Amino acid sequence: MLKTFRLGGVHPHDHKISKDAAIRIFDVPKTATIPLGQHIGAPATVAVKKGDKVLVGDIIGTATGFVSANIHSSVSGTVTGVDAVPDGGNLRKPAVTIAVEGDEWNPAIDRTDTLIKECTLEPKEIIAKIAAAGVVGLGGATFPTQVKLSVPPGKKVEMLIINGVECEPYLTADYRLMLEHAEELLVGCEILMRALGVEQCRIGIENNKPEAIRHLNEILGSGKYHQGISVVPLKMRYPQGGEKQLIAAITGREVPSGGLPIDVGAVVQNVGTTYAVYQAVQKNRPIVDRVVTVTGKQLGQPSNLLVRIGTPISALIEACGGMPADTGKIINGGPMMGRAMANIDAPVTKGTSGVLLMKTEESLRKAEMPCIQCAKCVDACPMGLEPFLISKLSRLGLYDRLEKERTTDCIECGCCSFTCPSNLPLLDYIRLGKAETMKIIRARQAK
Amino acid sequence: MSNRIVAPSPHLHGDFSTPRIMRDVVIALIPAFAFSVFIYGLSAVFVTGIAILSCMLFEWLIDRFMLRRASTLGDWSAVVTGTLLAFNLPANISPWLVILGSLVAIGIGKMSFGGLGRNLFNPALVGRVFLLISFPVQMTLFPDTAGVDAITGATPLAFVKEALKTGTPVTEIMPNIDLGGMLLGFKDGSMGEIGALALLLGGIYLLIRKVITWRIPVFVLGSMFVFASILWLADPQEYMNPLFHLFAGGAMLGAIFMATDYVTSPMSKAGQAIYAIGIGVITILIRVWGAYPEGISFAILIMNATVPLINMYVKPSRFGGRTPKKK
Repeated sequence: MLKTFRLGGVHPHDHKISKDAAIRIFDVPKTATIPLGQHIGAPATVAVKKGDKVLVGDIIGTATGFVSANIHSSVSGTVTGVDAVPDGGNLRKPAVTIAVEGDEWNPAIDRTDTLIKECTLEPKEIIAKIAAAGVVGLGGATFPTQVKLSVPPGKKVEMLIINGVECEPYLTADYRLMLEHAEELLVGCEILMRALGVEQCRIGIENNKPEAIRHLNEILGSGKYHQGISVVPLKMRYPQGGEKQLIAAITGREVPSGGLPIDVGAVVQNVGTTYAVYQAVQKNRPIVDRVVTVTGKQLGQPSNLLVRIGTPISALIEACGGMPADTGKIINGGPMMGRAMANIDAPVTKGTSGVLLMKTEESLRKAEMPCIQCAKCVDACPMGLEPFLISKLSRLGLYDRLEKERTTDCIECGCCSFTCPSNLPLLDYIRLGKAETMKIIRARQAK
Repeated sequence: MSNRIVAPSPHLHGDFSTPRIMRDVVIALIPAFAFSVFIYGLSAVFVTGIAILSCMLFEWLIDRFMLRRASTLGDWSAVVTGTLLAFNLPANISPWLVILGSLVAIGIGKMSFGGLGRNLFNPALVGRVFLLISFPVQMTLFPDTAGVDAITGATPLAFVKEALKTGTPVTEIMPNIDLGGMLLGFKDGSMGEIGALALLLGGIYLLIRKVITWRIPVFVLGSMFVFASILWLADPQEYMNPLFHLFAGGAMLGAIFMATDYVTSPMSKAGQAIYAIGIGVITILIRVWGAYPEGISFAILIMNATVPLINMYVKPSRFGGRTPKKK
């Protein structure tokens, strides 16, 4: 029996149409727009000014406080401005714009493909290098990686879990990394194990990616890597790539309400992040690019592109066959949790795992009907909540009850709205109620 | 720049829809309907047709003239109510009673609460129980399964109840009971409840289509079986074989199609189990000690009334509720 998590979940069609497209290195853009806030936490503090010359890999923003991340230039050229630039949602966010001249790299970066297996650094040094390179969770959550690796005193990590689930339909960026850069990925696992001081590492991969499971098992079978690393094939089920669901699937332990993975002895890192950790620690290479899946049923050439941070998303679409005539929605990320974009000239950031073009027909929501109490949302909720109820309580603004019904546990995976036969926008209301409830809880704690 | 649609996630939707679910229920009722036509002939078609049409008509009239809103016939729920009501009636019932039952089912059972999704009680059962209490004679005269000229026969449940009341031991009753025939549906009863096997077939279809889960039918039938077994083991001369209870009366129709009604059953898995066990136990209580030979309709309506309370206190198993294993 393949492992999976205990509660809820849905089975959307996986539509991995770009899975056989090898990662293609995308052109360096003519201008790069690099936002200072590409992660959860405080935006970086700008470290350059208009007119400065920068090389690829130079720091242009330094982390502001503990939960923040460094930002590096992804191109070489001249800084033309530090202004508020519209993001995908047309909200203006501070960003550094750079006019590209050539492609000069910071000489400290090792750009060769030579695999460097050996790592003798102390955990503290590894974490410092990861922080310096601005590594954040590349699965889409963009949580600064060094924070996750800094284990609070009194807590003990027993297992490193690598997230190769990629349960979002359409996306294949992590899948291609596992096939094309498996060795680097495994060195990354060893480095993370060293940083955490653990002897066990599990790579969770759903069984809709048999080639990736086989490929990694083959390499692990050669005995070149740490014996504590193994692949765990998982039964396909959304949202298995959710941190809490993945831990539950692999270890059978559930992170308690309001707790962190560390409370059950686990630290989870995404495949893309682990690869970036290898690059940061072994090659001194900060995050200047990432793999982005550009896909859609009508797109000419669904692709996996290695794109410099700051490249306009519209350029990726052009390079993959151009915008199909019938495009209703453009999503930054996957279809279950991604954000619909209003501005496609917004830049690729560290969190851009995919760009998905949807037909108008698929983009429109269906008419709402009355709730028939079918309990499908309750059965689908991976957190064991009652979406129909918390959605209704959110509408009514009953925040004390929302807190009792554990609304703040919601991971916003969208299973409830996905499954609702009456097409109710359950998650829309739950988000509002959850945000308000969290605000109230924080205000109370601040007292 | 053309108009782009911007909406919060998720951007995908599953292939469930309320009309699809309701249509699936109607499809699942076809085997039992076909069996009923096979046994009772055109009168089964007639009763079902009148029930469906009058349910639809009353829903439309109430939408149009009382609630003053767009018609809700498109959700197909009136068709389901009509079919289920017809299945709970004798095949030779007067059309006027069918129409009256439909009015009560739709008007009082459903629309008075605000329509689909808001009703407390299963509308078809509200209609049936109204007719049963108001017209007890017409509602309990069943055409003999031989189907000749409406010679009225007693249902197996009524037959057994009468016999036990007069002190006949079970060993003398059993030779008159053909369990195999009851399973296939060769017994007297309401037109849709007789074909236990055909109903099971419909239930399997609903399970495959993920319209229902196994939980409610299995707990209803399971608790009936367990309770009846305890009585039977205690005194096999006084109490009937538990299999008899499963195949008799409306057990299958009730467990598979009536108790599983979304609107009037609980939301959590544990809640559904409590509700279903309640139905099974009350059904046997009524069958064995109650005034009526069959009690599943009452049992379902009684448990329907407890659903808001169950929903309030029985919560689904929460993530993280399990305590982490200590090393």
